[in-house]
Parts: sequence; structure tokens; C-alpha cells
Amino acid sequence: MKLLLEKAHIEGIRYYDTYRKNGGYSSVEKALKMSPDEIVEEVKKSGLRGRGGAGFPTGMKWSFLAKPEGVPRHLVCNADESEPGTFKDRYLMEFLPHLFIEGMIISSYALGSNTSYIYIRGEYAWIPDILEQAIAEAKEAGWLGKNIKGTGFDCEIYVQRGGGAYICGEETALIESLEGKRGNPRIKPPFPAVQGLWMRPTVVNNVETIAAVGPIITMGGDEYAKLGAGRSTGTKLISACGNLNKPGVYEIDFNLSVEEFIYSDEYCGGIPNGKKLKACIPGGSSVPILPANLLLHESNGNKRLMNYESLSEGGFQTGTMLGSGGFIVLDEDQCVVRHTMSLAHFYNHESCGQCSPCREGTGWMYKILKNIEYGKGKMEDIDLLWDIQRRIEGNTICPLGDAAAWPVAAAIRHFRDEFEWHVLHPEEAQTRNYGLAHYAEPRTIVAAQ
Amino acid sequence: MSENFKVTIDNITVEVAPGTTILEAARKVGGAVAPPTMCYYSKLEGSGGKCRTCLVEVSKGSEKDPRPMPKLVASCRTTVMDGMEVKNITSEKVPDARAGVTEFLLLNHPLDCPVCDQAGECDLQDLGYEHGKEGTRTEFPRRTFAPEDIGPYIQLHMNRCILCYRCVYTAEQLTERREHGVLDRGEHSRISTCIKNSLDNEFIGNVIDVCPVGALTDKTFRFKNRVWFTKPLDAHRNCSNPNCCGEVRLWMRGDEVYRVTARKDEWGEVATASNGKTGWICNECRFDKKDTKDWVIEGPTNINRHSVISQGHYAGTEGTAGKAEKLIDKVIGQEPKYTLDIHSVSEVNKPSVHLDRIPGPAHSNDFK
Ligand SMILES: Cc1cc2nc3c(=O)[nH]c(=O)nc-3n(C[C@H](O)[C@H](O)[C@H](O)COP(=O)(O)O)c2cc1C
Ligand code: SF4
Ligand code: SF4
Ligand code: FES
Repeated sequence: MKLLLEKAHIEGIRYYDTYRKNGGYSSVEKALKMSPDEIVEEVKKSGLRGRGGAGFPTGMKWSFLAKPEGVPRHLVCNADESEPGTFKDRYLMEFLPHLFIEGMIISSYALGSNTSYIYIRGEYAWIPDILEQAIAEAKEAGWLGKNIKGTGFDCEIYVQRGGGAYICGEETALIESLEGKRGNPRIKPPFPAVQGLWMRPTVVNNVETIAAVGPIITMGGDEYAKLGAGRSTGTKLISACGNLNKPGVYEIDFNLSVEEFIYSDEYCGGIPNGKKLKACIPGGSSVPILPANLLLHESNGNKRLMNYESLSEGGFQTGTMLGSGGFIVLDEDQCVVRHTMSLAHFYNHESCGQCSPCREGTGWMYKILKNIEYGKGKMEDIDLLWDIQRRIEGNTICPLGDAAAWPVAAAIRHFRDEFEWHVLHPEEAQTRNYGLAHYAEPRTIVAAQ
Repeated sequence: MSENFKVTIDNITVEVAPGTTILEAARKVGGAVAPPTMCYYSKLEGSGGKCRTCLVEVSKGSEKDPRPMPKLVASCRTTVMDGMEVKNITSEKVPDARAGVTEFLLLNHPLDCPVCDQAGECDLQDLGYEHGKEGTRTEFPRRTFAPEDIGPYIQLHMNRCILCYRCVYTAEQLTERREHGVLDRGEHSRISTCIKNSLDNEFIGNVIDVCPVGALTDKTFRFKNRVWFTKPLDAHRNCSNPNCCGEVRLWMRGDEVYRVTARKDEWGEVATASNGKTGWICNECRFDKKDTKDWVIEGPTNINRHSVISQGHYAGTEGTAGKAEKLIDKVIGQEPKYTLDIHSVSEVNKPSVHLDRIPGPAHSNDFK
């Protein structure tokens, strides 16, 4: 069942006329006949969860929005998409801009935002033009601007380019950046729903979340909630990359098993060159890496499914997270130490530097991992790494600290012998990788004091 | 109007007004129950939340919702709820997290206390002493920054900075235009100015007092003395600047005024002046009035912080070391060259010598 990418194959769907001819903007038409509260109610019923990574129920987030008299409210769309492995929002914005703008209009109407913003990462240099053209076309057709279709509702959408900082994807850093300030995450509370952009009530949502609002209005929240599995309702875009025959963006049903997603020809088509699957990060670089056996099966032996609950089954001992849906696959030739080092470098580089555990700890972890990877590591370094990540996690201002700690923790938890092998075979480690081990049992780590 | 909230911190219950932070409530209890703070400054709006030394455990959220908070919280930015229960020194998790934060803060710190003017009144020294571990687990070269001249009065040692942002808030809130801020990101974040040498606002000297470490020091005092050899006196003058309270602390050796600072309260923050406002002082009082004739001396400062300054045992101090008292008694006024006059022994205040550029410990040859 495709909701978002249903029309992706249609020639010229990027332009308004083709999009409209294929049923586009009917959801806006329908929405404008409803009251804003009715729309919020539909979104609540749909069970839609935020697609930016945290999976927070969108309807609930919308109902938290403070509505003080006489204070403007804002919808801000988070199109910063900088999480390594995640490129689904790009696909939506690039190929189906009107689906996204439709969602922006309905959401703005539901939230009472007369001025809405799309904050897009600077590296997507060509996409703002596509979005701005779609906005201009929608305005031309009367879906934006003053008194939209006689409802008395005014709405303008602006596209703002970011400067290329990952941290500006964190919602409060994004708001600071949008205000023209240094992109430092704010200390919460207050939350954006009460004091966001220019201290006004603000909702920040991911591109895919917003894009799903159109289909929800068209089919009704209850129908949407029937799709999927349990509390994972609707469909999800997964951007698959790494050692796969067919990397790309797929729209999946939440009942799909991880195994089918990787191996079936409808999706990723298996691992190239007859190699074996070693490990996978299923939700963007911040979520814990899982070895193949834990990836394909839950701890109770059931097949692991591509949904929020199944992927996080067993907590971090045996599970991971769906996150943003950046699905990174590693085959047997890949080195987990090198991979972890490269992620640690990323978080070190992207830390905003506000709080001490993240500013100092990320760099320290990177340097230690570099030592281990290049044959200069010591056995104690592995315990030290564990200790550092443990003291970053949960002790920082924003979740970037956790995002930096989790990959290191998971790599040590599940692939400790690979780290040890690097330490014991410093020269061999430079030329070949540790073989495919059987990681049947999750390891219990005793925290080093 | 609204009822006070009851909050229990380390088993001691206090009543505070709604909107009070856990930290302020803990300071009301006082003593060791008050968490250490490296970035929070009650006189600066928006400060806090960054260093993470004040983390505490909330074991009961409130009377209405007794669930504990899942993570440790920054007490300086978390407000109390009625019936909240907080663990600071009684928590099992807090000491470990705090030791971690201390280790992080010291990870790239140059540890150049022997040549740092802040030594003896440095919050990072105190933190390291109380919550740090002996030795270091890092084996990597420490991060260094190129020396930079930020203005005529203030010396910046970026290598020592802990990025608490206090100086930024101070400039923002005390001067009409902030001229410095944090540049770059992450590990490379640094205090700097966009326009070279531009920190010369008449109230900019206050950033020296708020800086918890020796990153911002007084150029007129630089390398002149160690703070524990100077004797603090409270004094005031009728300052013509309407925004300056004119109430200061003079740091004396013999009859000479070595340094002028604002007065500090028991939490190491600039104290409230007699006019009820925060006792910020102007540059003129701080940098130009270095003669006792400029001042009306009120008497010796009542120091009750646990700093080495209190080892001098002036009126009202709580210093602990009897031995030190004797030593101080001996050396005051005698000027034994080898301990007191570091300046002429080491000649470290040569303007041409930049400590930042010397790899490893400085050597007397470096100052030739
Ligand atoms: C360091 C960091 C980076 C983030 N980057 C993004 C991003 O690029 N795109 C995004 O949608 N959400 C990102 N998020 C999550 C946002 O903070 C926020 O939760 C999300 O935009 C909410 O939208 P949703 O409820 O629709 O998921 C990031 C969070 C953190 C901590
Ligand atoms: S956790 Fe890292 S990125 Fe987030 S506020 Fe702290 S230093 Fe900045
Ligand atoms: S220079 Fe001092 S006051 Fe300013 S941020 Fe650094 S440590 Fe804080
Ligand atoms: S004092 Fe609270 S975080 Fe720094």
C-alpha cells in the first residue's frame, strides 16, 4: 500500500497542473471545509507518529500547542535531514513537492499558522528552488495567500536555507537558527509548543510527517490507523543504503519483516557479490547497530518487523530503534571499529559545543577509536570508551549527546571481540577485517569504574 | 497569592515560591546540599544549563505526579514542583555523573595553575578538588587556541575557557552593545571578537569577575601577585558613573592596591550592593583607582568561601589550616623573594612572551 509515493512515477508530477489533474489538492479542498479542531482530531485518530526520529504522536503534539489570545502561532517544517543514512525527505521534496506543500497548507490551517517556514539544509542546494516554485504555483492557484478559497484563512510559506549544521535539525537549534542566531539548542522547558519561534507557540514537524497529513485527511484518520501494525500506523519511508543491491527510498508497510526488506527483490534485493549480512543500523546513524542475528529476529525468536515496536524489542540489549528510517547495511567485509570511528568523528564535528559532556566527550571517543582502528589501541581503551559514552548519555542538553553515545555503546556491546581483535592484532587490522562472527547472545557489559 | 511549594533536597525540606529552581532551593538549604555551578549565575538572565556540574536526581517529581524523572536534571534550570524530592549528595548516580563532568571539563584544560592568575579563586580548581579523580585518563595533546588580544583591559586565555557563556551574557546585559561572543562550533568553539581588540566598553571589566576560570583576567593585575598573598579589603568611593555602585574589594599587599574587583557573595557571584542592585563596577573603579587615597576603606573582607584565600584568616573566615595561618603571619610584609615576588623571579609578565605558545611546562629560559 502506497500513500506517499503512489504518484511518484507520473511524468511531470512535480508541476502543479499534472499534480492537480491526478487528484492533487483534493485533500486541501476537503480540509478547508473542516474546522481546524476537526483536522487535529483526525490526525490524532490516525495515530501518526513523528517521522523525524523520535516517533512522538503528531496529533498529541498539535494539541499541546498553546493558543494565547492575540499571539501568532507558527508551523515550522524540519527539512534539515542531516542524519547520516537518511535521505527520504529529499526524495519527497524533490519529486513530490506538491504533496508536501499540500500537507503544509492543511497543517498550517489546523494549527492556525499564518506564516509557516520550511527550514532546509544548505547542502540540498537545488531543492529550495523546487519548493519555491511549488509554493508559487499553489499561490497562483489560490491555495496560499490571503483569504484562501474564501475561508478567511491567510497563509504564507517561506523556505529558509540552513548553513549545513547537523545540530540545526534539533528543533530548538533550528528555531534559533531560523531567528538568525547561532544554532545552539535551547534548554527546555520552555518547549516550542509554548515558546518557540520568536517566543511564540510553534510546532516543529518533519517533512514526511507533514506529507502524511494530506493522505490522512483524504482517507480519514480511522482508515489510516488501520494500516500498519499496532501503534505503528500508516506507512513509512525508508532510505536504504550501504551494501545492498538496490539502495534507495522505499515506502513500506509496518508489517514487513526486516529479512524481506533486505532480501526480497521488491525492496533492497539482497547483499551484492554473494556476501553475508554482518550488521545494520536501521534508523539513521544515531540508533544502535545490531548484528545480523539480532536484526532479523527478536529475542523471542519471532521475525523482526520494520516498525517502531518490533525494532526496539528488548531495549538496547537486543534491540535498536526505527528512528528516522535511514537503513544502513554492512556486509561481512565491513569493519565495525572503522565504522564506529567514522560516526564518532561525525558527532564530534557536529556537536554545538554548549555542554561539556558532549563537547569534550565526543572528541575524546573519536581519538580513542582512531587509536584502536590504526593499531595503537590498548585493551583498557575499550572499557574507557564504555565509561565515556555512559557519562555522556542522558547528561546533555539535547539528544545529540545520546546520539553520539549510543552507536559507540552498541558497537562495544555487540562487537567487543572485534575491538579486542584490533588491539591484539594491530598490524593485521590494517590490512584485513575481523571475520563474520556469530553474535548469538547479546553481551552484558559490566561498566568499568 | 500563590502558595509556596515544599521541596525536599537531601532529606531537608524547604519552602520556596513557585518558579524557583532546584538550585536556588538547594542554596537556601546551603552547605554541601547546594550543587556546584560552573555556568549558572543568578544575576545573569538565561545563564545555566550548559556545564552540567549541577546535575541532580529527582526521585519524586511532585505530590501530584510522584514518578521520578528518568534522567538527571540540571538543577539550575529545572523549577521545583510541590512535593518534589531531590537527591544531590545522597544520590548514588550524581557523584558519578559529576565526576564525569569534572573529567570532561579538565580534559582539555591546560592545567597551568602555577602561572594562572585565577589560581586560588578558581571554580574549576575547587570542582576538581572536590569532585575530580586523581590523575588523568587522557593521553592526547590538549586542545590549544591561538592567543588573541581582545581589548585593552582584559587578557583572554582561551585554552582555559570552559565555555560557560557567562561573559557573553554579561556583555549582552550590561553593555549597550555586545562585542564578543562564541565563534565556531563544538570543540573549536571559542570566545572571540569580530573586530579585533574591541572590548573596551566601560562595564566590560565585569566579565573578569564572572569568569569561573582564568580565561579572562585583569591586564593591570596580570602576573603581579598570587591572590592568596594579597589581603582583601572592602572599600567604596563616590563613583560618578550612575550605573556603577562604587562598592569594591581592594586586594592589597602592604599599602599597595594590586587589584580591584567587585564584591562577591558566598556563591562566588557579584554581591548585591547597598542600593539593592547587583554590585557591578565600572572600568574606572576597577582599572584606574589603584591608590588607597581613592577609596574609603570599610575594613577587611569577610571571606567565607572554602578557597585558599580564606587561609589568610582575616576577620570572620572559616579557614581550616592552622599551619597556613602561621605561614601567612610570617610572610606578610616580609617579601621573601622566592615565594612572594613570582613576578620578578620568573619575569613571566614580559609582554613579548606568550605562555600559550610554549609547548609543555614553561622554563625560565622561555622568559629570557
Ligand atoms: C541532533 C539532532 C538532529 C536532528 N535532525 C533532524 C532532522 O534533520 N530532521 C528532522 O525531521 N528531525 C530531526 N531531529 C528531530 C527534531 O528535533 C524533532 O524531534 C523533529 O523535527 C520533530 O518532528 P516529528 O515529530 O515530525 O518527527 C533531530 C534531533 C536531534 C537531537
Ligand atoms: S548535547 Fe552536544 S549538540 Fe546538544 S547542546 Fe550539548 S553540546 Fe550542543
Ligand atoms: S571566557 Fe570565562 S566567562 Fe567567558 S565563556 Fe569562557 S570560561 Fe566562561
Ligand atoms: S550550573 Fe547548572 S548546568 Fe552549569
